[in-house]
Amino acid sequence: MSVLWWLVTLLKVGVIFGAVLGIVAYMTLAERKVSGRIQLRFGPNRVGPFGLLQPLADGLKLMFKEDVIPDHVDKVIYVLAPAISTIAAFASYAVIPIGPPTDFFGLLPEPVPLQIADVNIGILYIFALSSMGVYGIVLAGWSSNNKYSLLGGLRSAAQMISYELSLGMSIVGVLMMSHSLSLTRVVEDQSNLWYVFLQPLGFVIFLIAAFAETNRLPFDLPEAEPELVAGYHTEYSSMKFSLFFMSEYAAMFTISAMAVTLYFGGWQGLPGLGSLGIPPVLWFVGKVVFFLFFFLWVRWTLPRFRYDQLMNLGWKVFLPLSLLNILLTGLGLVLLE
Amino acid sequence: MPAVLFYILSLVMLAAALLVVLQTHPVYSVVFAIISFVSLAGLFLILGAEFIAAAQIIVYTGAIMVLFLFVIMLLNLRREDIEERGVSLMKTAGSIGALVLLGLLGGVLAGKISLGPQGPFSQEVIRQAGNTQAVGRALFTDFLFPFEATSVLIFVALVGVVILAKKKL
Amino acid sequence: MVPLSHYLIVSAALFAIGVAGVLVRRNAIIIFLSIEIMLNAVNLTFVAFSRYLDSLNGQIIVFFVMTVAAAEAAVGLAIIVSVYRNRESVDVDRVNLLKG
Repeated sequence: MSVLWWLVTLLKVGVIFGAVLGIVAYMTLAERKVSGRIQLRFGPNRVGPFGLLQPLADGLKLMFKEDVIPDHVDKVIYVLAPAISTIAAFASYAVIPIGPPTDFFGLLPEPVPLQIADVNIGILYIFALSSMGVYGIVLAGWSSNNKYSLLGGLRSAAQMISYELSLGMSIVGVLMMSHSLSLTRVVEDQSNLWYVFLQPLGFVIFLIAAFAETNRLPFDLPEAEPELVAGYHTEYSSMKFSLFFMSEYAAMFTISAMAVTLYFGGWQGLPGLGSLGIPPVLWFVGKVVFFLFFFLWVRWTLPRFRYDQLMNLGWKVFLPLSLLNILLTGLGLVLLE
Repeated sequence: MPAVLFYILSLVMLAAALLVVLQTHPVYSVVFAIISFVSLAGLFLILGAEFIAAAQIIVYTGAIMVLFLFVIMLLNLRREDIEERGVSLMKTAGSIGALVLLGLLGGVLAGKISLGPQGPFSQEVIRQAGNTQAVGRALFTDFLFPFEATSVLIFVALVGVVILAKKKL
Repeated sequence: MVPLSHYLIVSAALFAIGVAGVLVRRNAIIIFLSIEIMLNAVNLTFVAFSRYLDSLNGQIIVFFVMTVAAAEAAVGLAIIVSVYRNRESVDVDRVNLLKG
């Protein structure tokens, strides 16, 4: 607990938080550019070269918009709800390892892990936070005192808690192979072979449940415009609305980082070949960027599921499949002994 | 440092629990209950029970309280009307009863407690393997029968709830 | 280290608050919430003893208590929903058809 330890930790917090905020801001631009290209048009390209200053313009616009708190809402919970969503989305970055222990080219006396906190229940911590994130949405829908918001909030919360089960069960396969809940251990275990090759079914279930967890298409009925006005964030404006959006993109980033850490080797390079000279942090960032692009790609390609189809899928298809995955992993581990 | 944290967390937990009982609006009660349970998870972390702390947040605040919120919103419960002005007999009796209980329990527990025989799982032993691994090993070896019985219990509850909550059988 | 009796007093206070909630409130859902508070107080006692006696049994029992609490909360809330559908109120003073 020395002064140096505090300084290093605060520096790590600052860098990771800043990077997340930056990536969330540029995700808004990336979404519009990628959607534009998929739809055979350019995205925004007026503000700055290739539209790169667009997030700045968007942020300034949202900040200067009038922050309206309607009269009929439940004021305390109305203001609290986006904060809960955002805290739950951003606090997950404390346990994701972005690189191997490094001592910054000799500046530090001993190597520090590139992870803010190596708790030995890392995966459970991320689950706990995503369970808390459900409250942001359901309280936002309720406090808006508006039947569309309430329905949107309740539907979205029900969808999230249903798919949390499949998400958790599909990760149990990874845990059975790595014998540890700590994310550092899971990453180090994949230096020879990524878990995606050993757990293909688990990975597919994880990916699809990730789409449902973050309320992204094809599972975004609760916030789709033609369906429920705008779902749980109908009555929100300016900064609070942008907080909801930031928390959705941050949740996407968290789930991509989890997918990379659990299935694609984290900051390790290619399986068996090592880092090939490129710093591990860049490998991690590259893989996460690929998953983010995959999220955007799927959004603008697939149509939306109806709500009953969605819930059917979550309970009757993915939950049994993830249990089957656990069974097969267990069988495999026992037979390989 | 853990001592200061213990006092702060216990204070938050007790204050939030008191507010649960004193609030008129059911949704506010549930929000205060969530705050109380999250502080309790913090207390579990101070006691070194990491798996139980995570389970507390995932199961209690993440699932059971969401269920409470859903039921309150489904039944559209509003702020309670204070029909009787003044202090009713029931409320006085209840509060005095709770205070007497607190006095009795506190008096018994603050006195001299002689601890029983120490078990084998000291903090060092647990920290080597990890709290989750130790709990998991104990669950699947010594406590296997209660574990399987609990799964039957949850199954019964699942079927029961679906039937009870249906509009038409 | 914080002495064991401090944990036990905090747990007793939480339990007493839960008891007060059950006795004083009329809304069935708040009564249920107070029962959950009582169960949490008991969980705190178990985990505190598990730490001070160097034994894992306390934590295992807490695991089972949480599971049973979840099942019981679900069934209890389903019953409340059924009662509401019949009596149009969750006030326990109104559910008095058996009253002599």
